[in-house]
Amino acid sequence: MNERIQEKLSILADAAKYDASCSSSGGKRKNESKGLGNAEGMGICHSYTEDGRCVSLLKILLTNHCIFDCAYCVSRRSNDVKRAAFTVDEVVDLTINFYRRNYIEGLFLSSGIFSSPDYTMERLVRIVKKLRTEHKFNGYIHVKTIPGASEELIQEAGLYADRLSVNIELPSELALTTLAPEKNYQEILTPMAQIRDGIIQNKEEKALFKKVPGFATAGQSTQLIVGASAETDLQIIKLTDSLYQGYGLKRVYYSGYIPVTDDARLPQVTQPPVIREHRLYQTDWLMRFYGFQADEILDPAHPHLDLEIDPKLAWALRNRHVFPVDVNVADYEMILRIPGVGARSAKRIVAARRFARLNMETLRQLGVVLKRAKYFLTCQGEHQPIIGELSEQQVRRQILFGAGSVRSALVTQQLDLFAQAS
Amino acid sequence: MKPVRRPFSAVAPAAPRRPGAPALTAPPLDYTYDGTFEGLLTVLFTVYDWRAAPNSIQPEATAQSSLFTQPAHRETDEAQAARMWDGLLKTMDSEARARLYHVFLSEDADRELLIFRYVDLALRSPVDISENYANADVRRVQRLAQMMFREKHRMEAFVRFEKTSDELFHATIEPDMDVLPLIAAHFTKRYADQRWLIYDRRRHYGLYYDLTRTDIVQFENQKGRNAADISATVLDEREPLFRHLWQTYFDHVNIPERKNLKLHRRHMPLRYWKYLSEKQPREQRFVPINNKRPPGEANLRLK
Repeated sequence: MNERIQEKLSILADAAKYDASCSSSGGKRKNESKGLGNAEGMGICHSYTEDGRCVSLLKILLTNHCIFDCAYCVSRRSNDVKRAAFTVDEVVDLTINFYRRNYIEGLFLSSGIFSSPDYTMERLVRIVKKLRTEHKFNGYIHVKTIPGASEELIQEAGLYADRLSVNIELPSELALTTLAPEKNYQEILTPMAQIRDGIIQNKEEKALFKKVPGFATAGQSTQLIVGASAETDLQIIKLTDSLYQGYGLKRVYYSGYIPVTDDARLPQVTQPPVIREHRLYQTDWLMRFYGFQADEILDPAHPHLDLEIDPKLAWALRNRHVFPVDVNVADYEMILRIPGVGARSAKRIVAARRFARLNMETLRQLGVVLKRAKYFLTCQGEHQPIIGELSEQQVRRQILFGAGSVRSALVTQQLDLFAQAS
Repeated sequence: MKPVRRPFSAVAPAAPRRPGAPALTAPPLDYTYDGTFEGLLTVLFTVYDWRAAPNSIQPEATAQSSLFTQPAHRETDEAQAARMWDGLLKTMDSEARARLYHVFLSEDADRELLIFRYVDLALRSPVDISENYANADVRRVQRLAQMMFREKHRMEAFVRFEKTSDELFHATIEPDMDVLPLIAAHFTKRYADQRWLIYDRRRHYGLYYDLTRTDIVQFENQKGRNAADISATVLDEREPLFRHLWQTYFDHVNIPERKNLKLHRRHMPLRYWKYLSEKQPREQRFVPINNKRPPGEANLRLK
């Protein structure tokens, strides 16, 4: 029995690991009845795998049997992999026992589709219901809704889960019809809209009545696979933007495509596009926390993110006319746009300058990365950058290769690979 | 005439209250205390009571004696400590005050004088100083408090409980700083229905929750107590199974194509590995699941 459960765990964790979502934050579940666990506020990353990704939740599939044949997916029907399926009790037992030992923040439950979407979804709901009601488990639960599952089951899942998600996976309808012929965009967007409306309605009810059970209180998220199909970064961030605006998503995850099956429809890649993925995350952050609009970062003339430099620096280099910015007088919003100044240092600058005039040394101590920032800011005459006199290429080269530049070993490595390939 | 709305950055911080502080006119002293936070607060109270600034403030046990001066030792006075602690709220909010306690727990070599300088600056400033990042002491307090927060957060993540046969969940830690007092609330809230003990092996004390309350506990034979004592007690019969399953899980969620050991170690520094079950030697060799197999005849049969 023990060996069997170990084999199942290895197969079903292995098959779930390509889902990038790891967050366990934003929950509002308190432990009020002396039960087990809580999921309030910030999440905790309990461990990190050797690829540097965090382990926060027990991320598993209920089964990797699947009736679909999506080209990018390791569990596709035609892939010759070992198959396994957990029972409801096995998942519950693993979750509770991992949680009690402080290994995890909770459960991330997804599944391949066996027999029918509703049959699968019903099992997922049974697991989370059992955890919540029989075991008084208040840890974090993220449930992946199964494409095509009925509205009632999704609604019920939302009562027990902190987060629901529907993965879009392929960033365009064309790619979806080519690579995942059994799926369609409508089937993905309908439950997404349903979850959005459920969350909004739940919030309204909560404002009116005292005792209303929560519905997916940590919101919903989705994932896009990057590099399995031909979309430009512009298409991807436009899609992301519409998901944040139109569907109120909490997070969009980007998963650099890793070749898991051989298929003529898929690109032949040797390395997952980790730098591109990283630049997309930086862009995502610029849109959510730095007040940038999607079309400020990319436009049809520049449809791809610069792999060598971060998107904020790239924006600043294209918009040199708005610099230099004087940190002693400029608005917070403008200070946020200086390359090398993060949200934390921007807040500190605005707070500290009430007490004293800031100079370059103070900025360094506040945590500003002067290597990049020095080209774009001034401290009331103390430091005069020469941004106006330098061309875009000159600044770029100085930042990348000039004195004190430390290029990430990873960037160098990947760009070298590009150079070899072309 | 309507007042002109000034930009956000130019708005002066709120300036209420201010009791101020007496000038420290008496000759400075070398203070010693018993090493507790209440003891330090008593010293601070004394500084303003006697108007004698500190040359140094040191725990009595480790005080460096000097040829020329007699240290002024202060016994902890609960009432004076409480007055000092409550009085701090007149010049700072409770968050800033909590930071001072965190600085104390950081075990930084300069912590006592740093706390004194910060308090003195706050007492004498007409405005709230907690965001005055232009001041080196304010930055240092922020920095140490942030380091404490990180260490606390790491311990909330890296504690690994082992279940014993008498249903106790036990963990050993060796944090860089004295974080046990700060993690008590988190673990009490989270594991309300199991008895647990978290033992700081470096500082020889622990936190114990008995299903009703969490207490700081010490063991009679402090030196003798170590992880071996616990492993000598009988573990729950399913404990090795879950440890093994956790290791299996840890190995299989890794994506070898994305290997990045530098990032791995940045998030999970080597010094914490000692007590992480997923970082212990495996009983069995890791066998990867072979995912990437070209669709062959076997698959055609499935369709």
